[in-house]
Amino acid sequence: MIVYLVRRFGQSLLAIAAMAVLVFVGVYAIGNPVDILINPEANQAEIEATVARLGLDKPLWEQFLLFVWNALHGDLGDSFVYGRPAVEIILERLPATMELAFVALILSVGIGVPLGVLAGLKPDSIAGRSIMAGSILGFSLPNFWQGMLLILVFAVLLGWLPAGGRGETVDVLGMQLSFLTLDGLRHLILPAVNLALFKMSLIIRLTRANTREANLQDYVKFARAKGLSSRRVVLVHILKNIMIPVVTIIGLELGSMVAFAIVTETVFAWPGMGKLLIDSINLLDRPLIVAYLMLTVFIIVTINLVVDVLYSVLDPRVRLSEVKG
Amino acid sequence: MRRTYATLMAGLIAGTALTAPAMAEELTIGLKSEATSMDPQFHNLATNTQVLSNIFEGLTEQDPVQKVEPSLATEWTAVDDTTWRFTLREGVKFHNGSDFTARDVIYTYCRVPLVENSPSSYTIFTGTMADVTAEDDYTVIIKTEGPNPLLPTEISNLPIVSADAGGAEETITFGTDGCEGMGTVPQAGDFNSPDVAVGTGPYKLQEFTRGNQLVLSRFEDYWGEKPDWETVMMRPISSNGPRVAALLAGDVMMIESPPIQDIPRIEQGGYKIIDALSNRIIYLHMRQDTADAPSISGTDGKNPLQDVNVRKAISLAINREAIKERIMGGFAVPAGELLPPPMFGTSGREADPYDPEQAKALLADAGYPDGFEITLGTPNDRYINDEQVAQAIAQMLTRIGIKTNVDASTASQFFSRRNALDFPIYMAGWGASSGEMSSPLKSLVTTFDKEAGRGVTNAGRYSNAEMDAVLEEAMTTIDDAKRDALLQKAETMVLDDYGIIPIHYEQTVWALDPSLDYEPRVDQYTIAFQVKKAAD
Repeated sequence: MIVYLVRRFGQSLLAIAAMAVLVFVGVYAIGNPVDILINPEANQAEIEATVARLGLDKPLWEQFLLFVWNALHGDLGDSFVYGRPAVEIILERLPATMELAFVALILSVGIGVPLGVLAGLKPDSIAGRSIMAGSILGFSLPNFWQGMLLILVFAVLLGWLPAGGRGETVDVLGMQLSFLTLDGLRHLILPAVNLALFKMSLIIRLTRANTREANLQDYVKFARAKGLSSRRVVLVHILKNIMIPVVTIIGLELGSMVAFAIVTETVFAWPGMGKLLIDSINLLDRPLIVAYLMLTVFIIVTINLVVDVLYSVLDPRVRLSEVKG
Repeated sequence: MRRTYATLMAGLIAGTALTAPAMAEELTIGLKSEATSMDPQFHNLATNTQVLSNIFEGLTEQDPVQKVEPSLATEWTAVDDTTWRFTLREGVKFHNGSDFTARDVIYTYCRVPLVENSPSSYTIFTGTMADVTAEDDYTVIIKTEGPNPLLPTEISNLPIVSADAGGAEETITFGTDGCEGMGTVPQAGDFNSPDVAVGTGPYKLQEFTRGNQLVLSRFEDYWGEKPDWETVMMRPISSNGPRVAALLAGDVMMIESPPIQDIPRIEQGGYKIIDALSNRIIYLHMRQDTADAPSISGTDGKNPLQDVNVRKAISLAINREAIKERIMGGFAVPAGELLPPPMFGTSGREADPYDPEQAKALLADAGYPDGFEITLGTPNDRYINDEQVAQAIAQMLTRIGIKTNVDASTASQFFSRRNALDFPIYMAGWGASSGEMSSPLKSLVTTFDKEAGRGVTNAGRYSNAEMDAVLEEAMTTIDDAKRDALLQKAETMVLDDYGIIPIHYEQTVWALDPSLDYEPRVDQYTIAFQVKKAAD
């Protein structure tokens, strides 16, 4: 187990290092931030002063080494646009994104798993077929368009919910959370649904396929033959066994929801990290882009690590084979 | 995508009942982009200026047509060529209750170079100041290094911050190498707090949540006319579709720059559209300094753009009316100058006519009867419908024999490549922040001189020594009438030479609830305190 953990941890560090190089060089190639940031009326001397102030006059390798050195000391640089530490600005936005991602996750798991099991147990029933048809919609609608449609129907046409933005927040342990207020919830519903629909479809399909497979397994047949209630068969024997792939997917998808809720955040003007990334790319705010990507790499790598560890807890075979290997 | 959305809009709007704004005393505005800081001296950027001008005021201000008007100074005179005397308004209070005096003015101008990490510094406005002194509490003398007729215009961009809120000492002495008595200067981040962001403006900062909203509340001791709204809420909604949706859903009462395609639908929804000519000119610039320009072929290695006949042919080949009608939806005005008349320094010159026959003849005269091939650079997300305009121009040029390929890229890419002289011909825009002709002339067509800081945006490298001399004279002439004449002369020289080709002036559009009124501004700013309740 420990050998496994150490090896997995080493791989994670390697992934982070590789990404650091890629991200830094990639962002460097986009263009010169000063061309965008500075007032067009500025003269050459001011442009050069700004270039020097932002440290852009140094060669790429020197900038990179400086970045790595500072990063190792926990400093990912100051944002060009805001003049404050990039990490601080991103973390300011983190609660909004996390809140959105978690609500979306709860929606997609809470609705997706039961519907998937239902569709898996009765694949030929009307309910089963409708669920599958619905999930195709969830898959294939482009996120942007789907978001606009939600806004048009629920905000413009019906006027039930606000068209965008984040509602009133309350301070919980230093974090600004909005799902605890009524106004906040009203603002949260549409973006969360928009973000959840795709994941929900994914979970429905995955759960259904696994349920159908498990349903035919000997241990399920045996459980039924033993005379267990069908409730117990489904909840204990089937559900427990199909959870491994579902947990994997949920882990991966949570990471991607936190890191790349960009489209949803843009459509709903949700003040999260994704919107910050888009704004930063448009302004070529290099330190912020780099810090953001490094942070998301870190989050995704960490989630994967946790998922792998969870695996070995859920499935003894993983544990045993790794020990042998 | 946009089309789908627009069609859908049309269907849905028809069934939408018009909803009145919920709270009459609160104004909500959907902005295209967000201020990067609450520090009025941190980032010299239109987005910041338009928001912060609610909280801070300069000694002078620019009215909706960019005429310089008194603000915190009641009058000013040029004592001699390099000395200005400003008389300050008495009885003005800062948001924290302290009195506005000459000390605050000196503090403000002293603080500009002390702002750390500024991505675009305000030193471009203080650079010419040699000394700032207080004759008494309400008289400020500003000395400049050379004659600077634009000083009153430039200081409209320098909003006064409170010396007391910044923690300055009793006496502040101006010095070009650093001032004395400044105390510890608060930095940009500190300005998120209403205790530091203290100005004299009609609104006080109440709350700034980055990415979500900026809330202002009315300053009841304001010296001037009080604004109509108790509170103002500004929300950044950068995508066009969602911004329009927020207006239609009643989330906000006013939005800036609605996409031109959606305007008919917004009007159908019962909202008001207002628009005005802006100070932004869209122009074509051509590489003229070298025979060796990139991306030109079919000319035996010559650079045809060095020939004035070719440049004139390009201008005559462009059907500006068609661009205005078909691509800009009528929200543009064909341009014959670098700034729309009757702004300062314009001559009233007409836009070039559309005359493809003469254009072809000129090309033949220049020795290119069969034309040549060229690449036109353009940004695709910076100006209104920029890429479509460039595509149309390319087709028009191709029609007279200049086979034109469009190379469109996102603004951050485009400006870097343009400044690296990547394009033989490119389309871009220029907004004159000072509202007078010297601004486009100085930046776009003066001979490029790195050391002297001239012609910074002259990526066509046009050069005309005679014009440079006339402009130089204009820039040091304090007398307005004389300067006007000189600027007109300089501009005419460039345009007669086809050194740069104006296409059109953009029109700025706002969509707002019918219960509101807004006097549109040429500088494209959306200034909350100038939004009024409509007279019934």
